[in-house]
This record gives sequence, C-alpha cells and structure tokens, in this order.
Amino acid sequence: MSSAIDVAGLRKSYGKVTALDGLGLDVASGEVHGFLGPNGAGKTTTIRILLGLLRADGGSATLLGGDPWRDATTLHRRLAYVPGDVSLWPSFTGGEVIDLLGRLRGGLDEGRLASLLKRFELDPTIKARAYSKGNRQKVALIAALASDVELLILDEPTAGLDPLMEAAFRACVEEERERGRTVLLSSHILSEVEALCDRVTIIRRGRTVESGTLADLRHLTRTSISAELAGPPEGLDRLPGIHDLVIEGLRVRCEVDTDKLDGLLRLLTGAGVRSLVSQPPTLEELFLRHYADDEPSLDAAAGRAGARA
Amino acid sequence: MSSMTGTRALATLAARRDRVMLVAWIYVLTALIAGTAYSFKKLFPTAAGRTEFAISASHNPALLSLYGPLYGNSVGSLTAWRYGGFAALGAGLMSIFIVIRHTRADEETGRLELVGSAVVGRNAALAAALLIAVAANLGLAVLVTVALTLLGLAAAGSLALALAIAGSGLVFTAVAAVCAQIAGTARSARGLAIGVVGVTYLLRAIGDSSGPHGPRWLTWGSPMGWAELIKSFGAIRWWVLVLPAVIAFVVTIAAAVLAVGRDYDAGMLPQRPGPARGRAQLRSPFTLAWRLHRGALASWLIGALIFGVILGSAAKGIAGLLGSSQLRHIMAALGGTKAITNAYLAAIMGFSGLIAAGYAVSVVLRLRSEETSDHADPVLATRTSRLRWGLPHMVIAVAGTVLILVVVGLAAGLGYALRAGGTGEIGPLIIAGLAQAPAALVIAGFAAALFGVVPRASVAGGWSALGVVVLILFLGAALKLSHWVLDISPFQHLPKLPGGTVTAPPLIWLSVIALALGAAGLAGLRRRDIG
Repeated sequence: MSSAIDVAGLRKSYGKVTALDGLGLDVASGEVHGFLGPNGAGKTTTIRILLGLLRADGGSATLLGGDPWRDATTLHRRLAYVPGDVSLWPSFTGGEVIDLLGRLRGGLDEGRLASLLKRFELDPTIKARAYSKGNRQKVALIAALASDVELLILDEPTAGLDPLMEAAFRACVEEERERGRTVLLSSHILSEVEALCDRVTIIRRGRTVESGTLADLRHLTRTSISAELAGPPEGLDRLPGIHDLVIEGLRVRCEVDTDKLDGLLRLLTGAGVRSLVSQPPTLEELFLRHYADDEPSLDAAAGRAGARA
Repeated sequence: MSSMTGTRALATLAARRDRVMLVAWIYVLTALIAGTAYSFKKLFPTAAGRTEFAISASHNPALLSLYGPLYGNSVGSLTAWRYGGFAALGAGLMSIFIVIRHTRADEETGRLELVGSAVVGRNAALAAALLIAVAANLGLAVLVTVALTLLGLAAAGSLALALAIAGSGLVFTAVAAVCAQIAGTARSARGLAIGVVGVTYLLRAIGDSSGPHGPRWLTWGSPMGWAELIKSFGAIRWWVLVLPAVIAFVVTIAAAVLAVGRDYDAGMLPQRPGPARGRAQLRSPFTLAWRLHRGALASWLIGALIFGVILGSAAKGIAGLLGSSQLRHIMAALGGTKAITNAYLAAIMGFSGLIAAGYAVSVVLRLRSEETSDHADPVLATRTSRLRWGLPHMVIAVAGTVLILVVVGLAAGLGYALRAGGTGEIGPLIIAGLAQAPAALVIAGFAAALFGVVPRASVAGGWSALGVVVLILFLGAALKLSHWVLDISPFQHLPKLPGGTVTAPPLIWLSVIALALGAAGLAGLRRRDIG
C-alpha cells in the first residue's frame, strides 16, 4: 500500500517556542488514521503544514506524492479539510458556505449533499452567525464529506457535536473507508479513535511517541484483573509484570502487563477461581501513561484510572 | 450577584486593551483643534483681519453648510467655528468604536462568553464599555481645555467648547449602546451608529446653510450643532450642555432596558432565513471577495454622492468669502474669483482623496481580518492559491477607490451645476477625483505590503500611515514642517485640480509605487505562514 501522507523529522518553531520537534507520521492510502495528542502537542501545526498554510523549518513531508508547500493548489484538488475551530462568514447561510467551499474544491456530489444534510439534520437556510458551534462544525463536515476527493483531513471534527451527531459522523467515516478514501482524523476523543481507526499515531510535545495498529499498541498496555478465589493466592506478589496489587482476603485486584497475562491466570486457577472480571486495555490508559511519563501527578492519575478500569 | 458585578474588572481590562488606541484618538483630536487655533493665530494676528474674515464667512452659504455660523471674531471663535463641529463628530466616532468593540465585537469573538461565565453580571460588559467611553470623552475635554487655554484662548470658552465636544461623544456613546442591542452583528451595529452620526451631521449642515426663513432649528437636533450653539467664545450659553446630558442619560437608560431583553450575541432585528444554496455565481475567490465587500462599497458610494452634492453646491458662494478685502484684489490678480472657487473645489477633492484612501485601506486590511478570524484557512485548503485569494481584494480596493472618487467628482459637479447653473465643472471635477486615486492607492499599497511582509503590524501600520497623511494635510503648513517631511505624503505630489494643470509624471510614478507595494504584498503573502 502506498503512503498518502509521509512525514519524517518535521520541525517547526514560532520564535522561541518549538511546536514540532522531529515529528513523524505515516498514513497509508485507504486507511483511517488516528492522530492523537493532548492540546498543544502539535496536531494542528502538523495539519497546517500538510495543507501548505505553514512552511516547515526542517524535515520532510509528502502529501499524496507531492510537496505540500510547493504543490499546494494541485494537491488541494484531491483533499478536503475540516478545521478544528470552524469560523464562517456571519452573513452567509450554511448552504452558501457548503456550496462555495465545494465549488472552490472543484465540485460537490449533489446526491450525497442532500443525504448528508438530512443525516446531520442541518438547516442550510440559517445565517452562519446564528449557528451554534456544533452546527458550524456540521457545515464544514458536510462540505468536506460531499466533496469528491481522495483524502479527508479532519482536525478534531466532532468537537461540539452531540452524541447522535457523533454517531452519524462515525457512520460517515465508515462509508468513506469503504469507498477507499484515506482519512486523517486528529482527535483526543479516544473512544472515537478506537472505534474508527485502523492505525494510530500518538504525539506529544511535537514528537511522535507511538505509532501502529491498535493491536500493536496493546502490547504496551496492561489488563485489569479482578478475581474472587477459592483459596488464598500464593506467590502472587513475586510474579513478573504485576502492578497495583491489592489482596483483601480472597479478593484480588491487580494490573498485569498484557504479555504476562498467561502466568497470572495459571496461578489464579491453581488457587481456584470463583469469579473473574478482566478489563481489556483501553487506548485511554495507554494515552494517560504516555503523557504521565515525566509528570508525577499525572502518573498517579493514570494509576487510578487503570485501577478503576 | 447584581447585574453590574465585575464592571470594574472589565473596565480595567478594556482600558488595558485600548490604551494605545484611546491615546491615539484623544491625541489626534486634541492636536487637530490646537493646531487649528495655532494656525488662526498665525494667519490673522490682528483683530481687524479676523473681523473682515468673520464678516465674509458669516454670509457664505458654502462655509455655513461646512462649518456653521461664526459667532465673534476672536481666535477662539474662529477655532470653534472651523473645528468644533468636526471635533464633535470625531468624539462621536471614537465613542462608537469603543462601545461596539467592548460589547458586540467581544460577543462575536466569544471573548465575552468566557468572561461572562466568571463572576460577572450580565450588564457588566455594557457598563464597562460605557465607563471607558465616558472616561475617554472627559479626558478629551480636559486636554482640549488645557491646550486651548495654553494657546492663550479664554479659559471659560475653552472649557465650554471642550464640554460641548465631549457632550457629543457622550450622546454617541449612548447611541452606540442602543445600536449594540438592536443590530445583528458588530459590523452592522457600528454601521447603524455611524449612520446616525451622518444623519445628524446633515441636519446641522442643512440647518446652518438655510436662510432666516429656512429650517434653522434643525441644527438643534445635532450634537455637531451644539458645539456651535453654545457660543463658546461669545456670550456662552452654558445651558446648551443640558441637551447632551439629558439625551445621553435617557438613551443610555433605553440601552439598558433593551439589554435586559436581549440574548447573548443576538440583535433585536429579526433573523430571516437565507438561501439554502449558494447562487451559481458564488463559485470563485473573486465572487467571494465581492460578496464580502459589496455592501460596504454601496454605503461608501451613497456617502460619496451626498458629500459631493452638498459640498459642490456650496462652491458658488466661496468667491464671496473674500468680499471686500484687499486679498480679493490679490486673488483677482492671480486668476480671479474662478481661482478661489477652484481652490475650494480642489480642497474638497483633496479631502475626498483622504476619505477614499480610508476606504482602500479598510478593503486591503479585510484580508488580514479574514486571516486572523480563520476564514482564510478553509479557502486556502481548496485549490485556491494565495495569489487568487489575495488579488481579488486588492482589485476591489483599486476599483472601489476609483469609483468612489469618480462619484464624488460627478456629485460635486452636479451640486455645483444645481446652484451655479451650467454643467461645465462636471468633467474637470471627475478628472480631479481620478487624479487623487494614485495617492490614495499608495497608502493602500503600503497596507498591502505590510500585510504580505509583516502581517502582525499591518492593521496598526496601515491606519497609522493614513493618520500621518491626514496630520500632514491639516497641520503641515501651520506647523511649518520642513519640505521633506511634507513630501512623505503622496497627496503632496498631486496637481491641484480643478484649476491646476494635469501633470502626468507624479501621477505615473505614484501609480507605479502603489502597484509595486501591492505586488510586494502579494509576493510576501506567497512566502509566509498563514495565521
């Protein structure tokens, strides 16, 4: 599979502030790729470089086989973009903005436009100044989804959407995948990324910290186990890969590195298991642990979140 | 929590955000009035000279419509006559910008939503905006009083004039507060309030230029009229100050009442649904830019038409201004009354050139506001190149400026024809208008170059350039600035039309400079980061 987006060693600073510090991102054609990071990690800066709005200070970026800065206008025929903070001309109606952006991109699929308006329940006759944040977001989403393009770049597209509309959005992204379009989905909503994305890139402070399929990443995670046993567990605290162990009589709660799960289960069944609850690792946990590395307060928060899970 | 809780914190914040703008407004308004007084002192050092000037001025309908009647022959009277009304207008505009900026404009950007969720009452923002505007007007009054007194004018008169000017500011503060409740957007609130300024200005112009049997009482309906009606350097009518005090108070109460029944970021005028689809024409960066600029251009053209007709029709009486004086013989020797009329018309066209430059700068800087309000990103993420995005705004700036100047020239010619008969001035006045375009566009080109190369400085820099040019025009001669300072202003290099001879070289090289600056702006835009 060829790469739709190939970024390596990308650097960008604003004065003394470093926004990107050697970031890498590889998005294969036809996949839905999650682009995760906390606020200020550099997601939007990366996207704006990919759109040719900003010029990188260093590193390389290839978009649909071209240079995002030099070939901006030719590349833009093949992509649609939804900004994170949608700001519309206040005197334009939603319908006018959708048509304008669609035409500037080179045309809209009329049938798809009609169905999207219906699915997202957007009234296109309202002036943009009267739209809520969610409705402005819908305008940009509809304009992008109704365009006939290969690549969708969505920067936190569901911020401001209610749960019903989020579901509609997920269904739309599924359809885009089936059509063979590539989607770069920047987000910090983990459930959305877990549900939609084939692969994920996690960044923080302008660097890529993790990249791969969700299955790949789960190797780095811990499973939560909570069990009620028939007899007292022997030697549990000596097992490798066990964390946050709590033993209250015959009840056991702990976290286990997912690749050490086998050993733990063997020991538990040896003691006799009355009940067992196993919580699969979530992206959330992974996320929290990555951001907790050098911040003790967050580390504790990650531990608690893990224990709850 | 009362509805005013937090007003002090918001007012402090507003003062902090506005500190440069407020100082600039107050400084420029004070400098213009002090400069006017100073130049009259130099121009007419003797009472006899001033009396002669005053007698002719008070019989001239042109000057009456422009400046109102002249009460007395002191330097103070002349200053109040020449500049009192304009200062009142300036104070009004300053107040409108302050009030809208801290109410509706902040609501639109969402800043007030953030602030409003803190311990802040629902009327606190309005109250804070009013406080800042009132403080600015009082500051202006103090400075004007001090400056005029220091120039040797009567202290009581200086105070009366200063208070009348500040009174106009207070009335428009209240008017702006009402407009902020009614209009749907900050832009239209500002437009509505400035429209009220325009209407009241016309009331004064009509009232003052109508004869003894005409509707002279109209002047009383205008805050710009009060600055003259108070007779600051004659038998001072202090009671005139009751008018702004009462009107400002009542209108402010009205604004407060309206504010209670209004939702955040919504006006009172009903929101009508618009078209569900974009018209077929709305498909290119150019039609987008046109859509963004057409409303403003229409208002500017209407303004240009009214401005031209009124001032053009006043031209006939100008020759009588120099009535019986010796000056008249000198002028006659230099070219007769025709030369005086032409000098007046040339002055009007020069003034129009400045106004057109203001339009051109506002159009060019719209690019910057499109960029900072994130409207540019989605457009530039389509196949629209930066050149195709930026160029239409600049083309509209050029075409709109030329159109405005042609309309002013045409309207002034028509106005002159109405009063004096004969359409002979129409052609020369249109040419005179067109001749202003290169200089106006140099200013706009400067703003465009800043936008392309140092975008962060473009808004302040573009407007400052215009401010410098205005100061040079109004005060350059009076302050006896050296030649090379005067020559900074592109308007200094234009031929004086009508009447003068059209010399192509300055027009050509000013056009070349304007084009080069615009091109530099576009070249910079292609290279730099957006945002």
